Amino acid sequence: MNSNSIVGRAVPRKEGRDKVTGKSQYVDDLVLPNMLFGATVRSQIPRGRIRNITFGSGIDWDEFVIVSAKDIPGKNCIALIGDDQPCLANEVVNHPEEPVLLLAHPDRHLLPKAVEAVSIEYDPLPAVFTIEDSERGSDIVWGEDNIFKTYLIEKGDVDGVWDKADHIVEGEYTTGAQEQLYIENNGMIAAFDAAEGITVWGSLQCPYYIHKALMTLCALPAEKVRVVQMETGGAFGGKEEYPSMIAAHTALLAIKSGNPVKIIYDRMEDMAATTKRHPSRTRHRTAISKDGKILGGEIDFTIDGGAYLTLSPVVLSRGAIHAGGPYYWPSVRIHATAVATNAPPHGAFRGFGAPQSLFAMERHMDRIARAVGLSPVEIRRRNFLQPGQSTTTEQVVREPIDLGKLLDRALEVSDYHAKKQGFAKGNQVGATRKGMGIAAFLHGAGFTGSGERYLSSVVGVEGCADGTVRVLVSSTEFGQGTKTVLSQIAAEALGLPYENVGMAQPDTLEVPNSGPTVASRTVMVVGKLVQSAALGIRQTLISSNLLSDTYTAGEFRVACENYVAAHGEFRSWSRYEAPSDIFWDDQKYRGEAYAAFAWAVYIAEVTVDLTTYSVSVDDFVALQEVGKVLHPLLARGQIIGGVAQAIGFSLYEKVVWQNGRMQNSQMTNYIIPTSSDLPPIRVHFEELGNVYGAYGAKGIGELPMDGPAPAIVNAVQDALGVYFNSIPLLPEDIMDGLSSSSQDNDVVSAGRVQ
Amino acid sequence: MTVSGASCAKAEISFTVNGKAKTLCAYPMERLLDVLRQQLQLTGTKEGCGEGECGSCAVLMDGMLVNSCLVPVFQAEGSSLVTIEGLASGETLHLVQEAFLECGGAQCGICTPGMILAACHLLNGKPETTMDEIREGLSGNLCRCTGYSQIVEAVAEAVRRRMTV
Repeated sequence: MNSNSIVGRAVPRKEGRDKVTGKSQYVDDLVLPNMLFGATVRSQIPRGRIRNITFGSGIDWDEFVIVSAKDIPGKNCIALIGDDQPCLANEVVNHPEEPVLLLAHPDRHLLPKAVEAVSIEYDPLPAVFTIEDSERGSDIVWGEDNIFKTYLIEKGDVDGVWDKADHIVEGEYTTGAQEQLYIENNGMIAAFDAAEGITVWGSLQCPYYIHKALMTLCALPAEKVRVVQMETGGAFGGKEEYPSMIAAHTALLAIKSGNPVKIIYDRMEDMAATTKRHPSRTRHRTAISKDGKILGGEIDFTIDGGAYLTLSPVVLSRGAIHAGGPYYWPSVRIHATAVATNAPPHGAFRGFGAPQSLFAMERHMDRIARAVGLSPVEIRRRNFLQPGQSTTTEQVVREPIDLGKLLDRALEVSDYHAKKQGFAKGNQVGATRKGMGIAAFLHGAGFTGSGERYLSSVVGVEGCADGTVRVLVSSTEFGQGTKTVLSQIAAEALGLPYENVGMAQPDTLEVPNSGPTVASRTVMVVGKLVQSAALGIRQTLISSNLLSDTYTAGEFRVACENYVAAHGEFRSWSRYEAPSDIFWDDQKYRGEAYAAFAWAVYIAEVTVDLTTYSVSVDDFVALQEVGKVLHPLLARGQIIGGVAQAIGFSLYEKVVWQNGRMQNSQMTNYIIPTSSDLPPIRVHFEELGNVYGAYGAKGIGELPMDGPAPAIVNAVQDALGVYFNSIPLLPEDIMDGLSSSSQDNDVVSAGRVQ
Repeated sequence: MTVSGASCAKAEISFTVNGKAKTLCAYPMERLLDVLRQQLQLTGTKEGCGEGECGSCAVLMDGMLVNSCLVPVFQAEGSSLVTIEGLASGETLHLVQEAFLECGGAQCGICTPGMILAACHLLNGKPETTMDEIREGLSGNLCRCTGYSQIVEAVAEAVRRRMTV
């Protein structure tokens, strides 16, 4: 890369100008002629059989379009991994937010009253609300055993390590649900035309997930379903799967009414009904040598999937693979289970299972440190994965990563040792206690195992008639910078100015399926394909003798214009091919889980107020190795934004459940951090480079969600000397913890400590 | 919350938006947010929560920062409103918009209009704002993407530029 490189530079965000001037069009900004507004009538009970539906008085029902399960032209399901989730409940409801009926009317203000006027009578059925109730199995609410999915990862001889252990350390850790809380609520518009089929416009992450769901639901061929992404106001995983449901609902109303139909959720409906992060429980039992080395262990990871399968198997998989953290396990047995409850299905949220299992791992490392009598720094240093060693799935680390060095750098920039020493003295007096906490972790980029091979993503780059270039992908922009970074990659590959490259709006009529915009895969996997498709354009122009090996932007423009004039449409395609040295065994869950990992060490400094029991994060150092940083400003923005969400996950954001229903589905009572709650978040990148990604980049989006929670709770423990094993950690939890002054003794097996 | 005005009569309401006089017919209790978006097609003002918590719908009303989801439109009678559409002059961005663009203050963009107006309001009241005052001053506007640092930096940059103009 030379000094004229476009990658590595903070070029202007492609759609930035429209965003700061208010010109960007989000779905609720789009109005179609004769458009109706839709609303959803939901179940009010966690589980039961629908006996009767009545439409109350005081509403002129003739004015309304009413859709029930009987109006579905194809299969009544939201097709994803499984087909178990109905689009509209027919006979049975399985959670309290399950859609039963749809209404539409030209006046959106009349809909709330109409929804309220529908009453549904049920024969209630027993329901389960916790992982433990579901495991007990006295009431079966899904399949034969309430179990969506299990995985077993086994490495080495775990059963043989317990006798050799000097210490056996056990712990149980739990994490709560978390709402994505994108500021733009979910919304969708559909229009139907018998000749052209169904078109939907919406706020969404994955156009082709919706495309598949609508084909199944409406019994339409691929060419009669069109999905267009509007500007999307935040997603974080929360617009990965549920938009398929809303698209399905608007589509059914549009088909029945013959009018375009818009559904925009209000905040309460969005928070209560759509997916949240899976609640989790992780149990660790670890054999440790007297010098603090992990000999082996058992990890039991369980997530609450809610009422339907949705993406739980995949969330579970990522959580299980990350459960061992960035450490070398000579032997390990990871048993992972996703169970059903009668809550709305839990789903994708930045990190996708890894923040849950890594919270447990990194809290557990501090517990191990205490049991062995080593510092949190030293216990990690002694167990870090080294190049040549293998992960829990026996993936050999081939990158020249030096986690010890990352740790040293993080300690240095956070001034860890001096602060820790100072706090140890200063903490004896006053109404506040201060502490430092560390988390070391990794995050795999791209789909797990064979996932990318199955996806088989396709990317296009087009040379246009006016000589400019356009990138054709279904990868969506929702704030993270997809449009900017993919344009940079294409511009770099073609040696063109950034301004000469544009992005096609994701529209299934126009763009190929480059896979979903999830799993930190866009820059690394899709970006690599953009690079190679762009090179295809260049090669074609050169081999057509329209361009020489070196050229100016003007010469490229002329060559491109001439090519299109002579041959018509000029597109270059690139399809994903798995690297030949990647091996994954889906049965044994063994092998190369990810093409690359990003690595990180985060350090939190906290103050606990002994009067209010509140925790403030005073300083936060986020140091990571993510390969080549393609856009320093956007990359830093991703890390800070992720850390902020994770601070919310740790200290503020509690979903209060009652009988499977979220009780605090408002911004008034579900609290996320504001600008005055957050510390300066100090971001440091170490660049090693990665052979797989475009220009050496790895995935970055999810990484910063993984580490802050354990770093912060470890810091609270350092401040107070009290163990907390659950998040969110609210002031009342700290008050309880201090008054019962829970010690760690109960979790270290008797007879093996010291 | 959506206030339905179906049962009462519409009234004529006049105000100025982005320097232009407007007279329109609306239910007095209709939300200013809906009138701006639906009648005047000023869709840059966004709805995030509908209950005054998130600030996405913030506009300037006679120089005050208000959440337009909480303002019944009759309260705007005779007032002078500024929305995000009224900040740039032609192709020239307002310096706060420019700073947001350069400093990474906008990611998904949905909180951006309200956030920029909150920043303008802050700067109008206190031209020499410190970082802490910026953090405090923007704390009524929620952002889920940025973690706020680059927004705060953008506002600080706008302050710096205005001082040097």
